[in-house]
Amino acid sequence: MDRKFGRFLLIGLPYFWLLVLFLVPFGIVFKISLSDVAIAIPPYTPTFDLSAGWEGLKSLISGLDFENYIWLTEDDIYWKSYLSSLRIAGISTILTLLVGYPLAYSMAKAPSEWRPTLLMLIILPFWTSFLIRVYAWIGILKTEGLLNQLLMFVGVVDEPLQILNTDTAVYIGIVYSYLPFMVLPLYSALEKLDGSLLEAAQDLGCTSIEAFWKVTFPLSMPGVIAGSFLVFIPAIGEFVIPDLLGGSDTKMIGKTLWAEFFSNRDWPVASAVAVLLLLLLIIPIVLFQNQQERAQEAEK
Amino acid sequence: MNISPAKKPSTKFLPWEDPKQEPLVRFGNVTKRFGSFTAIDNVSLDIYEKEFFALLGPSGCGKTTMMRMLAGFETPSEGTISLGDDDIGSVPPYKRPVNMMFQSYALFPHMSVEANVAFGLKQDKWPKNLIKERVEEMLSLVQLEQFAKRKPHQLSGGQRQRVALARSLAKKPKLLLLDEPLGALDKKLREQTQFELMDIQEKLGMTFVIVTHDQEEAMTVASRIAVMDHGKIIQVATPEVIYEYPNCRYVADFIGDVNVIEGRLNSRTDSGIKLSWAEGQNDISISNNTERSADENACFAIRPEKVHVTHEEPLDADNRIQGEIHDIAYTGNLSTYYVKLSNGIIFKAQESNRRRLANREFTWEDKVWLSWRNTAGILLD
Repeated sequence: MDRKFGRFLLIGLPYFWLLVLFLVPFGIVFKISLSDVAIAIPPYTPTFDLSAGWEGLKSLISGLDFENYIWLTEDDIYWKSYLSSLRIAGISTILTLLVGYPLAYSMAKAPSEWRPTLLMLIILPFWTSFLIRVYAWIGILKTEGLLNQLLMFVGVVDEPLQILNTDTAVYIGIVYSYLPFMVLPLYSALEKLDGSLLEAAQDLGCTSIEAFWKVTFPLSMPGVIAGSFLVFIPAIGEFVIPDLLGGSDTKMIGKTLWAEFFSNRDWPVASAVAVLLLLLLIIPIVLFQNQQERAQEAEK
Repeated sequence: MNISPAKKPSTKFLPWEDPKQEPLVRFGNVTKRFGSFTAIDNVSLDIYEKEFFALLGPSGCGKTTMMRMLAGFETPSEGTISLGDDDIGSVPPYKRPVNMMFQSYALFPHMSVEANVAFGLKQDKWPKNLIKERVEEMLSLVQLEQFAKRKPHQLSGGQRQRVALARSLAKKPKLLLLDEPLGALDKKLREQTQFELMDIQEKLGMTFVIVTHDQEEAMTVASRIAVMDHGKIIQVATPEVIYEYPNCRYVADFIGDVNVIEGRLNSRTDSGIKLSWAEGQNDISISNNTERSADENACFAIRPEKVHVTHEEPLDADNRIQGEIHDIAYTGNLSTYYVKLSNGIIFKAQESNRRRLANREFTWEDKVWLSWRNTAGILLD
């Protein structure tokens, strides 16, 4: 009996955690997304009246509807920001992969006594707040910033480049911020690679470059996929980077959400955007988990 | 391709004794250094076509470096390596008509058995239908036709070993290198696979070079063995010669078991030469050495299985010594008797157990006679 209770407690705790910190808040957000905006505190109606009891719940449910979701389909700003988020996240993921792969590769090929140090250097930026690091990029990218000063000093450009407040700055910010999430899974995939496989490929007629594309790269695919999802998924909903580094025309769903919530004080529409964003993210998350399961199967 | 059934060669295969034969592989004064460490020290070696050549030695003796230089993964620091008429010392691995079967097998885990075998052929841009044909031929050679679609991780160790062999044979290399090919297999499977390797080598008429630290394996499969130590080749000869006429104590000791007695040569007679080795003991007479002269220090070496153990003094034997049984190692088919001589030396004698253990004649602390013919042992430096 005691053991059964113990097991129940062990399994129950994480579910309780998910219930309190994920499902209940999500339920509240979902409820708000079905409400109407109101000039009140909180700024939506209907609200749940505890004292009215059963009748109160009934009147609450009768006051809910899907008109906010319909509204989202009518104004093109919403689906445009969704698409723009997907595009920015997709391009950033590819750029992060292009930067991260050589980094992870050289780490995996480094002498084994160097590897812990290299690994620590990749994780080191996490010791500083994400927000502060993104602010630092403003100082680097702005018109009179470090980068432009350097380029003008070297003589590459005569006029300072407008990088800050463009999509380019957003890409730089995302690639920089999410690079460790790409490098770590790539490194762990590449480090496991047996060197004799490359020798075998060369022995059978491959140059080093051919051996890379026929052996190393396919075998690092689990790392490529894991890293890409780990960058792509959070990048879709990214708010801080496009807000601080992007321009007014950089549309991302996180920014739109923020604007609905704080500028328009339209909590119901903001909540509807949030619910849709979550649904949008479920697709890549499910794909990612499937891939992880398959990778684990293959290792058995 | 023409595959005839395996059969024992009717004529003796001894190309190394024919001065007109050109070797397929020639190491010419090859030295290989890694930093300050000399892995291969001025080695010259000829390997002939259709040989099954074994590089044998303890780990760190340089045998793997020799093989890696043949494969092209290492280049010699000094000297030349030629294959046929070409100097291949600095030719990269992908341009050599040499293939290697790796110790770890190094099968590509993301490819099926079929794709693994086809890898080298695709790389050489063979036409598709020929690749298909060749892959089928190779898989039937190693009896893995029904596993063509499997991935390497779905195979047993023995099957993986066969895939690795098929893959390395597929390109019809002039020279096949086998790096400890049977090291990961259990004893039974290893013995069986040794014979299969020999069959395949004979069927295809290819030249094989095998690296191994297992002397039994080398003795079984090889036409000739090079025994290596500290980057040098100590002796190159057929397995029989290596076993019966080792050229030094190192080789005698490395291959099989041996008793060594140090002594001084004295008079040479018509029946050979005599070695005096301990006071109060009969000299050991040796009839198969014509080179050594009297008044030299020498070692007498004899294999334990050539020494007989008897209770009665064998009066007709060429050599006989008395001793006491100190220990008996029973290994089922054989018993090895550790006999202590009067001067304290332990002498090993091996008898096959034709009779059951309960009927064994000898037991601990028995006084016994050891005897052998005067052709049974050899003299070493």
